[in-house]
Amino acid sequence: MTTKVRPRNRVPLQSAVMHTAVITRRNVLRFIRIPQLLLFSTVQPVMFLLLFNYVFGGAITTGIPAGPDQYINWLIPGILVQSAAFGATATAMGLTEDLGAGVIDRFRSLPMARSAVLTGRTLADLVRNSFVFSLMLVVGYLMGWRFEQGFPKMALGFGVALLFGYSFSWVMAAIGLAVKTPEAAQSAGFLPIFPLVFASSIFVPTSSMPDWLQTFAEVQPVTIVANTVRSLMIPEEALGLLGLDQGTLILQSFAWIVVIIAVFAPLSVRQYKKAVG
Amino acid sequence: MNAVEAQNIVKHFGDTRALDGVSIQFEEGIVYGLLGPNGAGKTTLIRVLTTLLTPDSGSASVAGVNLIADPVGVRRKVGLAGQFAAVDEHQTGRENVEMVGRLYNLSREEARSRADEVLDRINLAEVADVQVKTYSGGMRRKLDLAASMVGRPEVLFLDEPTTGIDPASRLALWDLIEEMVDGGTTLLLTTQYLEEADRLADRIGVIDHGKLIAEGTSDELKATLGGDVVEIHVHNDDRARAIEFLSRVAGEEPKVEGGSLSIPAPDGSKTLTTVVRELDSVAIEPRDIALRKPTLNDVFLTLTGHKAEDETQPVSATSRRRGRV
Repeated sequence: MTTKVRPRNRVPLQSAVMHTAVITRRNVLRFIRIPQLLLFSTVQPVMFLLLFNYVFGGAITTGIPAGPDQYINWLIPGILVQSAAFGATATAMGLTEDLGAGVIDRFRSLPMARSAVLTGRTLADLVRNSFVFSLMLVVGYLMGWRFEQGFPKMALGFGVALLFGYSFSWVMAAIGLAVKTPEAAQSAGFLPIFPLVFASSIFVPTSSMPDWLQTFAEVQPVTIVANTVRSLMIPEEALGLLGLDQGTLILQSFAWIVVIIAVFAPLSVRQYKKAVG
Repeated sequence: MNAVEAQNIVKHFGDTRALDGVSIQFEEGIVYGLLGPNGAGKTTLIRVLTTLLTPDSGSASVAGVNLIADPVGVRRKVGLAGQFAAVDEHQTGRENVEMVGRLYNLSREEARSRADEVLDRINLAEVADVQVKTYSGGMRRKLDLAASMVGRPEVLFLDEPTTGIDPASRLALWDLIEEMVDGGTTLLLTTQYLEEADRLADRIGVIDHGKLIAEGTSDELKATLGGDVVEIHVHNDDRARAIEFLSRVAGEEPKVEGGSLSIPAPDGSKTLTTVVRELDSVAIEPRDIALRKPTLNDVFLTLTGHKAEDETQPVSATSRRRGRV
């Protein structure tokens, strides 16, 4: 036995895909079966939607030419992105809970692809987001929101918001695995979220912000993604309000999504290895 | 082929030497009990042997597969039930076990039939379709055990399988583990209870401060310990006289530990009767007297000269604590 042994730490891709599906299913089941989770992730975004529309809506001028209900048309695309960002904290919390409960030890002792634990978590959050987004669009529709550029573009916007949420799940995974407890994960997760979400075009056009903030707000990913989704839903004659044209926005959004995943997925994997020792 | 073969495993956590050159090996088909107090390194060793931790140095193979060279290969051949039941509250018992089966690369049908099989074996078939959040602690441990067996592991690792559960469930779990062993499963289990190791293990390794300090069959270890002891507690005033008296009965100085005095009881309850009767004749009234089996503390006192760090209180026959509940 003097032949040199090389670590065979690989699980066949086909198995890895199966493992990811198994873990995704497990996490989706959790979401469905824990009423608090379901409530928290659906009621909160709907509440934001109602509050912002009816409390601030009347006072905010967006410039969208769509009569008295104009603000809802500004708000809906933005609030999808906001829900994506807020919802991503569930990734951090879920992972830290699993770490604490010894579930991840069990997973790690199995001949499964290790990536499946993280990918299964982020994919489950993607599934949840698509449910939450759909619900919000239904509520929005009842409140007067209309998509003006046809279904395919609306669906594309929906997809961009979902993908952004997916990339953000990786950010939160890295944060959660770094802080290790669910409580800390929630607080730490919201730290970057608040400035990104509120100093953006999600709720109001950036033009009303002071210069220094406007500079930040206009280049940061949340504004880019919110405006991209918006550009696919509002009337075409209002597109000028967004500063950049639709094609550029879509391109920039995808660039952000790719960059965020490229940075935070490997970082999460590293944190994961560190967290589990 | 040896089920486990580990040489000189060293693992540090910061400045702590959790494993300080542990070597163990045992063959297939036996139950190896790793006995030691909290913090002795039991869990760390299990985590190394199940590939959850990489040792700093040393080499090991499990079920013939090298741990360092082929961790995935090892994972295919082992099952682990950790110290905390790693089951998912919001899935049913069956879903939990099936999920683990799928992660062992069983097909959906295989995972299902295998789940039925182990749930039945572990007497959870009736509650298999109920969410785990309604299970008791003992049921969760059983389910965890079921999950660890679903992949038909060649070597099963149980980390303190009965710690923290009530005495009745503990007995049920012991029965279950014994049944599994009859089926030929190779098992490494860790425990803080000599009684548990005594009942379940064919060979016992005693671990302390990351080192294996003794190894042998239960009988061999007990021989080192000298078996049962009679332990008495007396008032301080009677102490000197009691020591003198016990020395006479036993033919050796009693072991003094805090307020308790103990002597070997080679004849078990007969020795106890003798002591009780003669105490009366010398007019010493004990506060408590009991025939006691050797505890982990005795093992440690004998083997290392110090107590197990996570020590349990001295126990009498009537108020014998069965560990933490």
